[in-house]
Amino acid sequence: MTLALVIAQTGHAEKSYGPGVTDSEIKIGQTMPYSGPLSAFGTIGRAQAAYFEMINARGGVNGRKIKLLSLDDGYSPPKTIEQTRKLVESDEVLLLFSSFGTPPNTAAMKYLNAKKVPQLFIAATGMKWGDPKNFPWTMAFLPSQKTGTAGYVSHLLKTRPDAKIGVLYQNDDFGKDYLKALRDQLGSKAASMVIAEASYESTDPSVDSQIATLQGSGADTFFSFASPKFAAQSIRKAYDIGWKPLFFIPYSAQSVNAVLQPAGLDKSVGVISSAYVKDPTDPQWKGDAATREWLAWMKSYYPEGDLSEIYNVYAYTNAQLLIQVLKQCGDELTREHVMKQAANLKNFELPMLLPAYASIPARPITTRSSSCNSCASTARSGFALAR
Amino acid sequence: MEAFLHQVFSGLATGGIYASLALALVMIYQSTNHINFAQGEMAMFSTYLAWSMIDAGLAYWWAFLLTVAISFITGVVIERIIIRPVERAPVLSVVTVFVALLVIFNSVAGWIFTYTIKTFPSPFPEQPLFGNRYISSHELGAIGITLGVLVVLYLFFRFTPLGLAMRAAAQNATSSRLSGIRVGWMLALGWGLAAAVGAVAGMLIAPIVYLDPNMMSGVLLYAFAAALVGGIDSPFGAVLGGFLVGVLENLIGAYVVGTELKLTVALVLIIGVLVFKPTGLFGRVFVSRV
Repeated sequence: MTLALVIAQTGHAEKSYGPGVTDSEIKIGQTMPYSGPLSAFGTIGRAQAAYFEMINARGGVNGRKIKLLSLDDGYSPPKTIEQTRKLVESDEVLLLFSSFGTPPNTAAMKYLNAKKVPQLFIAATGMKWGDPKNFPWTMAFLPSQKTGTAGYVSHLLKTRPDAKIGVLYQNDDFGKDYLKALRDQLGSKAASMVIAEASYESTDPSVDSQIATLQGSGADTFFSFASPKFAAQSIRKAYDIGWKPLFFIPYSAQSVNAVLQPAGLDKSVGVISSAYVKDPTDPQWKGDAATREWLAWMKSYYPEGDLSEIYNVYAYTNAQLLIQVLKQCGDELTREHVMKQAANLKNFELPMLLPAYASIPARPITTRSSSCNSCASTARSGFALAR
Repeated sequence: MEAFLHQVFSGLATGGIYASLALALVMIYQSTNHINFAQGEMAMFSTYLAWSMIDAGLAYWWAFLLTVAISFITGVVIERIIIRPVERAPVLSVVTVFVALLVIFNSVAGWIFTYTIKTFPSPFPEQPLFGNRYISSHELGAIGITLGVLVVLYLFFRFTPLGLAMRAAAQNATSSRLSGIRVGWMLALGWGLAAAVGAVAGMLIAPIVYLDPNMMSGVLLYAFAAALVGGIDSPFGAVLGGFLVGVLENLIGAYVVGTELKLTVALVLIIGVLVFKPTGLFGRVFVSRV
């Protein structure tokens, strides 16, 4: 391995490999919450393993098979650190890919950047990932809270400029960043417009009390920055107590199957959300070629997976992006070159992204925030969906 | 005032949730003198059984009754096969077994049924009673059923020979054995009853919090608080404790400490009760002769 690095530095050989790469294999790692409170998201890791299985069956990437080591961290940051260290130091993976969760990735970020190991396309919504100056080895995939709220705010200012806003948020980085993004985008109006805030813990049985508090505050606009289960509860409770605000939920909670149906489709009428991937349960994609391809892959490689699960679409799309990066790397599979190619994704289309998002800009997280007319349009299409 | 009433009623509704699970906790404590940490997960698993039956086309009440029966049998079997061997082991080993059961039930449920939330049907009408906006028909019905279960348990333990034998077996195994009670079976029956009560709790809770493998993890903590506040050996106290915890948590969260410290209310209650009145509001004070 030392030899490979020396060759990489001198640059004379055609092939240069970083850790975890041989002529026949690329070893990558990730941490996933296969156990613990967020184990619902474990399907991301399973779907990605299934996707790489298909890639390998078709000959791999430039002749190399992908070997994914997907370890359980139980959504517990100390365990994430331990597993990440194991992946880097004993398994010697080339890169970390699509590890799940805001707190776990926050914990692993410093270590990976110090070790100069790519932390690619992490499966977490966060504002801190797009910081190439301080954390050049970290790159996000999901739209940040900033992108997520921009469309909402412009829609709100157009339709209800004097709104009285009530906010429900999950009491961790995920929810707090949403709240901050909302306040930032309202700017000087935030102080007068946001009249009530309430938080919940992800272990709470229900958010009924919080909804009653927000209704009692006199708010006529409601942002529910909640994970799927609690977004469903807030839709149902608001309806049941007769509160009819202008109602926004984050893109992570826009699943028809996991949120709107449990809440009750009749109770979800008028709820506004945004989306970045095609929801396979949405009838408008029934004839879509990309959606059919996704379905075919699910059926043959991940038959135990849930066909209505939006995270399986997300996992698939994210894995496609990594494969593209590795393809572009050619035979120069060093950690530096992976990062270079990851920041160099031009004119590459991800079929399951919504048309407005489909072409990936060079550095996903930072450039996306400037293309906010696309968010507005997805916000509108989400609106149509919920109706 | 409107907001205050909403807080009180939604507190009563969630309190009903805590009460039903607390009742199952008290059941097992009464008959075995142990706190079963896996109680919530067993209830969740029973609820999945009911869901599968309803999904397969069975009518709600048949699924309900069948689930209660199967849970009872499963409870007895678990006691016979898993708990029995560690009966005389130190408390710590027993606790380890309970925690292991918790993890096993949680993971197996996730493995079989996936982690996507599912809707669980309610036997009660969709529209709230009398057109009120404070509490849904299901929440009201759930409270009613919990109280019904409480009455049945009270009558069972108070007036039937079997109930008496079970109480005796839990309190003094040696004396009971000497007077001809089959203590081992009494313990197994206690487990069965607790599992059955838990199954009822699960089926009442699932329509409110949605059915997923982690639905009980949050509820269990509050149920502990409820059971402790009411007195860990008093079914009546556990139910009252549930309502008390639900309403207190809402009112203190909404008007005093803010939502960020809402969860802390339950923990403070647990510690407060253990420090100042370990037997709870309605628990018996034990005096042992030395």
